[in-house]
Amino acid sequence: MKTIDKKTVEKVAHLARLKLDDKELELYSGQLASILLYISKLNEIDTANVIPTSHALATLKNVFRKDCLKRSLTPDEALENAPSKEGDFFKVPQIIEGK
Amino acid sequence: MRYETVIGLEVHLQLATKTKAFCGCSTKFGQRPNSQVCPVCLGFPGSLPSLNEEAFRFAIKVALALNCRIQAIVKFDRKNYYYPDLPKNFQISQYDMPLSYNGFVDIAVDGANKRIRVKRVHMEEDAGKLMHPEGEDYSLVDYNRGGMPLLEIVTEPDMSSPREAYDYLTKLKAILEYLKVSDCDMEKGSLRCDANVSIRPEGETKLGTKVELKNMNSFKGVRNALEYEVKRQDSVLEDGGKLVQETRLWDADKGITTSMRTKEEAEDYRYFPEPDLVPFVVEKEEIERIRKTLPELPEAKAARFKAAFGLSDYDAGVLTSQVDLADYFEECVKLYPNAKTVANWLMGDVMATVNEKNIDMSELALAPAAFTGLLKMIDSKAISGKMAKEVLAEAIETRIAPEEIVQKKGLSQISDAGAIESVVQGVLKKEAKTVSDYKSGKKAAFAFLVGQVMKETKGKANPAVVNEILKKSLGE
Amino acid sequence: MENLHSLTAHKLKELMARGETDPSAILEGVFARAEKVEPKVKAFVLSGKERARKAVAGTARKNGKLAGIPVLLKDNLCVKGEATTCGSKILAGFKPPYDATVVRKLEAEGAILIGKANMDEFAFGSSCETSCYGPTKNPWDTACIPGGSSGGSAAAVAADETIMALGSDTGGSIRQPAALCGVVGLKPTYGRVSRYGLIAFASSLDQIGPITKDVRDSALLLSVIAGYDEMDSTSVDLPVPDYSNALVEDLKGLRIGVPKEYFVKGIDGEVEASVRAGIGVLKSLGAEVKEISLPHTEYAVSTYYIVGPAEASSNLARFDGVQYGFRAAGADDMIEMYIKTRSEGFGNEAKRRILLGTYCLSTGYYDAYYLKAQKVRTKIREDFDKAFSVCDCIVTPTSPTPAFKIGERASDPLSMYLSDVYTIPANLAGLPAISIPCGFSGSGLPIGMQVLAKPFDEETIFRTAYAFEQGTEFHKRKPNL
Repeated sequence: MKTIDKKTVEKVAHLARLKLDDKELELYSGQLASILLYISKLNEIDTANVIPTSHALATLKNVFRKDCLKRSLTPDEALENAPSKEGDFFKVPQIIEGK
Repeated sequence: MRYETVIGLEVHLQLATKTKAFCGCSTKFGQRPNSQVCPVCLGFPGSLPSLNEEAFRFAIKVALALNCRIQAIVKFDRKNYYYPDLPKNFQISQYDMPLSYNGFVDIAVDGANKRIRVKRVHMEEDAGKLMHPEGEDYSLVDYNRGGMPLLEIVTEPDMSSPREAYDYLTKLKAILEYLKVSDCDMEKGSLRCDANVSIRPEGETKLGTKVELKNMNSFKGVRNALEYEVKRQDSVLEDGGKLVQETRLWDADKGITTSMRTKEEAEDYRYFPEPDLVPFVVEKEEIERIRKTLPELPEAKAARFKAAFGLSDYDAGVLTSQVDLADYFEECVKLYPNAKTVANWLMGDVMATVNEKNIDMSELALAPAAFTGLLKMIDSKAISGKMAKEVLAEAIETRIAPEEIVQKKGLSQISDAGAIESVVQGVLKKEAKTVSDYKSGKKAAFAFLVGQVMKETKGKANPAVVNEILKKSLGE
Repeated sequence: MENLHSLTAHKLKELMARGETDPSAILEGVFARAEKVEPKVKAFVLSGKERARKAVAGTARKNGKLAGIPVLLKDNLCVKGEATTCGSKILAGFKPPYDATVVRKLEAEGAILIGKANMDEFAFGSSCETSCYGPTKNPWDTACIPGGSSGGSAAAVAADETIMALGSDTGGSIRQPAALCGVVGLKPTYGRVSRYGLIAFASSLDQIGPITKDVRDSALLLSVIAGYDEMDSTSVDLPVPDYSNALVEDLKGLRIGVPKEYFVKGIDGEVEASVRAGIGVLKSLGAEVKEISLPHTEYAVSTYYIVGPAEASSNLARFDGVQYGFRAAGADDMIEMYIKTRSEGFGNEAKRRILLGTYCLSTGYYDAYYLKAQKVRTKIREDFDKAFSVCDCIVTPTSPTPAFKIGERASDPLSMYLSDVYTIPANLAGLPAISIPCGFSGSGLPIGMQVLAKPFDEETIFRTAYAFEQGTEFHKRKPNL
């Protein structure tokens, strides 16, 4: 595990759709580096043949729902919180591909 | 240089469950925008997914029908990316442990069998629908489609021509229709197909530069797009150019593909196991139980048709290419045992009408009993084959039973020898000149006399009976 | 009757049963108390006075387990039509179109919801300082933090501004503020309580749980909110026991494990002394105490600060200004809108965790961080499995220190993260754990003791905690406000 540089922090920020100003970039790069350094403690443990845990309870499995209709929201209910809407639609700014 | 084509297909199939993959909203098509949504499929804060049991069963059915192996532990993963049709900004999908893998679909190529390997079949959720109003600088989102259960069916790059790709799709669709897990309608988007296509010098083992084709809305569109794209790549290389890895869109109106985006860097989807869904363990017994519920699939059915009804490879293949057609055929054969006649009529006039009207077999307003009734009328010589064709067309058009049409129009063929005899005698009297011509050796005069008899009977006389009586009367 | 606000729910139920008080008097008592102390504590972000009065006057069920009892909700629990913001600007104005399952259950038992409690933004924090509404103060010393992230819930219970409260716990967010505010906080077994309607921080770690004035109330509130919910696939379909049966004063035969790794450097001397004294009390009540080892304890914080932020980075991706909440103005296209909305809408700690989590999941780092952490998580769970083969429950400090000063650790995230060192392991292993008051520091700040048990063995926790509480007076002390 290596430490994190500003360029990586910027890239990660974009992946998360965040923009950092220079001051923030400076601050977060330093803080993330020290956190990652602390985290690198994990390398002390040999986990070669260990099965990863993604659920707190290993025993839980096969939880399904029946294919039964439930009441949906009305378009008005669905759109009630929308910052911007038009008719029955959510409205968003134009999408520029590849940007 | 000669190039060979390498094609792999990625099909997205909407499963025809009543409700969405992870919530109880309806999957009905064409409803008012944002009327089939709830906190779960809108990704509202605090909502959680729960897996639709039926969707999971459908997925396993498809996997088994495509000869796939089922993963012992099925888990879901989050595919993270930002797009406004994706309410949570991640899609619940499957990454490193897909539901199933290592399957195949066989197609016929030049009379031989070719195996197209199915790399994986996995479950995921559909995205919403974006609309881009003409000339405006904004877009509109409808999430009714969001969260619908999808299967992604991915092949290995095993197809070496657009034709093979087309045949694979046709076969795949037939299988999926047999399973009754989707309506497989490309126009409605319940079946969608993207293609990866590249070319390479013949004999080369390394794959060429891959182009991803999207926006093909019909099977023919897939074939046309691939044909265009193969030619385009060919001419780029022939002209000494270089291909770029990119996504291209098929423009069906112009018949060309255009570049959508170049893939400079692979997207970073940050897949990780979906913590809100628990693992699904599919026991062997359960798989076998589901396997037993699989219907007879096209290949098995074709083999049985050949054996039971003495059909040719070709006929059996055509009749089993659509489950509705195959079912229709079997119903007919129960009522009318001459399978070959049924096959000929079905594959000929019936299919022609169905295709011409652009309807499905299931929409055909002609019950097997009515259709076979028509065949029986031909056999009993109540109508001629030619009349039968007309009656068939009218029956399909008007939804009136063939027997009724025949009766109403007085189309019944006159086979009664006595009735025909008297018409013949009348004609012979009227056409004494022609009769003497005939007798003096002008054999063509016979046909004229037959024609006159048919005219008198308004075409209803059984031509065979007319022939026979005429000959007898003329002393042959 | 005076001082109704200072009583427990079970005591109030007794009084109501005898006709000595009624829901309206209780509610007004609590409101009057809040009126007086809220300016100093700042535990509420939304007061539900009107709704609560209406409920008491008519709509609320009259005969449930919590009939007429005021309950305060952490602001990450969805209530239909009521502002729910997670202490974040990005959820400004958001009114959920649905109720969280726990909210439905509370109302089905007649509870009176009195408002929303302050919290660290999206539950990211151990001090309640990262809320967009500003910090909540510790009722015992308003210059100090109340702990977090359920700081508002814990402070309100400690200050008698409510009778009970719900919090959520991802790495100690119920237990640590309960310890620092001198109240009882329980994180149930993962899967015991439905998370449906809890705005997620880290899905595999989050649990909703009660914050109350004593152990009996904790058992009462858990019995109301626990149980399988088909809306939460990770909730477990096991019967909910009658937890009140576990409230016995006898600890004979109970085997208590004390992990040596929890008493090493970093622990405050007064905290250690109080907890050791508490263990002595448990022994005197008949428990058998033995030292155990949880060898991977020191890796828990590292593991947690990968798993938690990774899941959070994905869970928080949905806050993008499209369907609800805040949308930044002045963006010309979609990507710009995402970026402006998220950059303006999230506070510093949220951004820090989103960055950390995104990094740990990104190509090239997944195996080294996320996968590694998931494997260490297995080791940590195995430690507990082993420990529970020789003991019935585990007793530890809840927090290494009593409440610290507001602002003291704000600029050093790592030191803040380390304040959860004793509470994180229970989340990683999915175990139930409670914090109960076990003493006070020299400066009069509360100290908490943690009891952990096997999955779904909340009964042993209640038994241990109840016996301790009956044998001590710490829970009876009230802050001077």
